Parts: sequence; C-alpha cells; structure tokens
Amino acid sequence: MTEIRFHGRGGQGAVIASEILASALFAEGKFVQTFPEFGVERRGAPVQAFLRFDTKPILLRCKVYTPDHIIVLDPVLTKTVNITQGLKPGGWILLNSTQVPNSNQFSKFRLAIIDATGIAIKYRLGAKTAPIVNTAILGAFTKISGLAHLDHIIDGIKEYVPVKLQENIQATKDAYEMVRQI
Amino acid sequence: MKKVITGNHAVSYGAQLARTQVISAYPITPQTQVVELLSEFCASGKLKAKFIKVESEHSAMTACIAASLTGVRTFTATSAHGLALMHEMLHWAAGARTPVVMANINRAMGPGWSVWTDQNDSLSQRDTGWIQLYCESNQEVLDTTIQAFKIAEKLLLPVMVILDAFVLSHTSEQVDLPEQSVVDQFLPRFELKTKLDLSHPSAYGGLTNPDHYFEIRYKIQKAHEQALAVIKSVNDEFNELFGRKYGVIEAYRCDDAKVILVTSGTITSTARVVIDTMREQGRKVGLLKQKLFRPTPTEQLREVLFKAQKIAVIDRNISFGHSGVFAQEIKSSLYGLAGAPPVFDYIIGLGGRDVTPDAIYEIIDNTFKTDVPNEPIIWRGVRL
Repeated sequence: MTEIRFHGRGGQGAVIASEILASALFAEGKFVQTFPEFGVERRGAPVQAFLRFDTKPILLRCKVYTPDHIIVLDPVLTKTVNITQGLKPGGWILLNSTQVPNSNQFSKFRLAIIDATGIAIKYRLGAKTAPIVNTAILGAFTKISGLAHLDHIIDGIKEYVPVKLQENIQATKDAYEMVRQI
Repeated sequence: MKKVITGNHAVSYGAQLARTQVISAYPITPQTQVVELLSEFCASGKLKAKFIKVESEHSAMTACIAASLTGVRTFTATSAHGLALMHEMLHWAAGARTPVVMANINRAMGPGWSVWTDQNDSLSQRDTGWIQLYCESNQEVLDTTIQAFKIAEKLLLPVMVILDAFVLSHTSEQVDLPEQSVVDQFLPRFELKTKLDLSHPSAYGGLTNPDHYFEIRYKIQKAHEQALAVIKSVNDEFNELFGRKYGVIEAYRCDDAKVILVTSGTITSTARVVIDTMREQGRKVGLLKQKLFRPTPTEQLREVLFKAQKIAVIDRNISFGHSGVFAQEIKSSLYGLAGAPPVFDYIIGLGGRDVTPDAIYEIIDNTFKTDVPNEPIIWRGVRL
C-alpha cells in the first residue's frame, strides 16, 4: 500500500487534487481511498488531504500517519507546519516553490520543486492573489513519481474540474515538463 | 459500473436507484452532500421524485411520514442534532407503520460542538421502533440503502442506514453501481393496500383508547421479531442478483477463537487488518461485526460468541451512568447461558478521535492478558 499526504490551504484545491490522482490510479486498476482532513475547511487555513492506493482492497480506516510521499501546495507551510512528520525516508517531497529550500530538513528524502503558482497565474486559474495550483502540482507529481499516467490525470481533470478545462490541462502538461528534481 | 465516490454519494445513488418518489430533508454537516446530489438528480430529471424543502428535520420526518402513508417510496437523511430534533416523529414513523428509509451519518452530539463521528446520536433512538443497520464501506452503504427499502416495505417498519461521519461520508473509494434494470427486478414498485386517498378520505393517528393501543404496540414488536428472517431473505435475494451479502452479523475467523472482538461501523474494517496480523502471530482471535442493532440478533450473537473464552466489545458511544450500548446488548444476549464468557467493554473514539490499528491491537492484547474485567467499562485514550 502507498500513502500520500497533501498539504495546502483552503481554496488551493488540495482535496480535488487528491481525488483526481485517486481517479487516475483507479483507472489503472488500483484500489483507492481518499479523504480530506476531517473537519470544517476555511479558505486560507492549512488543510490536508490523504490518499491510499493498493493492489488489493483497502481496509484501514484511520488517518495517514506515515506517508510514503508528500505534496505541498503552499511553500509557506514548510515554516508553520511540520510537513515531514511521519514521512518515510526516501519518500518524495514535492514543493510548489521557485527556490530550492536551503534547509537540511529534507536531507533524508527525495526533493522536487515546481513553480505551480507561476503556472496557475499564467493560465488565470483562480485569482492572481489566490491561484488554484492543484492541476499544475499534479502534473509535476506524475512526472517525478511515475505512479500514474499523465493521460489518466487529464481524464481525472475532465471529470473533477468544472471550469477552464483546457487551461487546467495545459497547466498540468507544463508542470510535467518543468518540474525540477533536486 | 465502478466509480470512485464518497459514502454520502453512495447513499444518494442508493436512493436514486431505488426510485424514491418523495424526499424531504434539511441539510446538516456531514450529511449535506447526500441531499445536494439527490436535489440535483431531481432537478435534472434523473430521479423523478418530489423534493420537499422544509425548515427543520422535525418537518422533514413529518413530510416523509405523510408521503409514505399515501403509498409512495420515501427517503430522508440527517445527522446528530437533526436526528435528535426528529425524535418525536421517529416514534410516529414506527407507530404509524410507515416504511420510511433514512440515512443517518453518525456524528457526535454537542456540546462540545462536534461534527465528527460517534454513535450516540443513532443509539439514542434505540427505542423508537426503527430498524438500525450499521455500515463499514461505501459499497455496503449503497447496497444497504437499496436493501433498506425492501426490508421496510415488507415489514411496514422504518429503517435507518447508518454510516460514520467523514470516515465514510467524506471518504472516496470505488463502488460498484448496479444496473437500474437489476435494481428494478430486486425492488419492484411500492404498493400499499391501505393508504391515504383523496377520493376515500380517512384519518390516521387519531385518539387510541386503552382498548386498542396495547395491541398496536404488540404488533410492532411482532414485526421486529419477523425482521430477522425478512432481512436474511432480502440479503439472500440481493446476493443472488448482485453477488454481495452482509448478514445481520458477520463472524470473521471466529471458529477456534479464544477472544472475539465485537465491532460496528468502520472500526470493523480497520479491525480486520488487526485480526489478520494477530492470526499471523498465532493469536487465536476472531471478529464479530454487528451490522443489525435493532432488532437485536440475539440468537445469531449467542451462536458465535458462546464458543469464545472472552469477549471484547468496542463501543464508540456511551450510555451515561451505565456503559457502552453494544456491550449491554452483548451481555443481554448471553444472559442465562451457563459458562457464558466475560464481556470487556472498551470505550474509544468518541467525538471522532481516530481509532488506529495499534489501539485495536492493544484492546485485544489486554483482553488476552486479563482473566476478567477489572472495571465495568474500560476507557481507551483518555487524556486528563
């Protein structure tokens, strides 16, 4: 079983991102389970979403405590939330960031960065001050992790994203090409 | 067709596939998505049902009861405080023998204000005359919703389908959505012999003097006693058509078990993993899932539990001043059997506190290590 934790802020689309990734993995024959941090989400507040997938039915119905990978939609969260808590050594950390973090906080893990904010602004996804970065970040994660096929992510976007479909798909493709492994 | 959906939407699809004719509901977290999707189905014509908007849950249940008396298939959904507000009309639904089906998303009662899961909301409605069925997966939620209409209509009793807040309601996983034609075969159109009819006016719920009231209560109890056989036959028929069955209880790896763990809701699902782990370690432990809470499946419980040396019950609820509610049921079922095993009652996970495999492992381990319970209830995870 593989477990992924998404860190974002209410309004960035972390929950939808985890649903799109789940639908892509499901299309590839995996059993999937995805859920938001249980609670009442508010715009701008730190949020988490969780994804489990496996080759057999998933019976665990507790929170994810030791994820294999994490995806961080807002780089500022690395200063306020212990994002690597429980992360398995060697797991991927994908940061939405333009800069390589100069911290040894991530030394035990594999690190990649993508300017998902820049891509979202370019395609006018969300407001300029509150861009929706979820489809871009998924493109980047698909490339580095190799866990799902890009075509299935795009199918998921078609199912889950209600507006600006072409722009969202293009954001995903751009991020797929632009992601940097550190 | 397999689709990744939330537990809430599994309820909505179940009510839609059952061709519900009247829905009346009031939104409340974490139930809201159930009725949101149903109202979309009604607006788009995918479901040809009348959606009655109301100002409270009390009115929602009242509308459902009146609609049901006209002989139409009727559905609602609620949670916690919404269910509590319905309390008077829950008695009325059973007393008037209306086969209303309701989904209740298990949410803790305030205060402290909570939207997270525990079972005190539904268990507080134990004596209203409703059948109660608890679910552990989104597939089971969908299948139980469809079965609930058939059970309700055969017995003329209301049925409550129960799922954990967030752990199912907001969790997405794959669900096999059955074909409409097969559901139609399983669940034919609802027919009611005696019903409210404008051309033959009649009154329901009038003053019932002591010469008659007593017999009405007797008949409700008799219907509950028949329910076990009806639920079994409905489940068998469902299995023939859809290839899935649940039973009123399920015994998992219980045959040679020294300790049997009793669970309900989603804790069951996590516990399956723990049972497998402990079996690999050579520990003789089994799991009994109690899906049907009312009527109490006494004989079925006895048959499985009597063979064990000890019983550990997990209660995500508390009947203040006594104990966990499921433990009371288990003790009551075992009463009078010579050599009945001791029952350990563990209270855990109130107000949505996470129940992990480690916590379940520790509960089973503690039961193995202890001869008889040292205290009437054993709290797990209290931080004082």
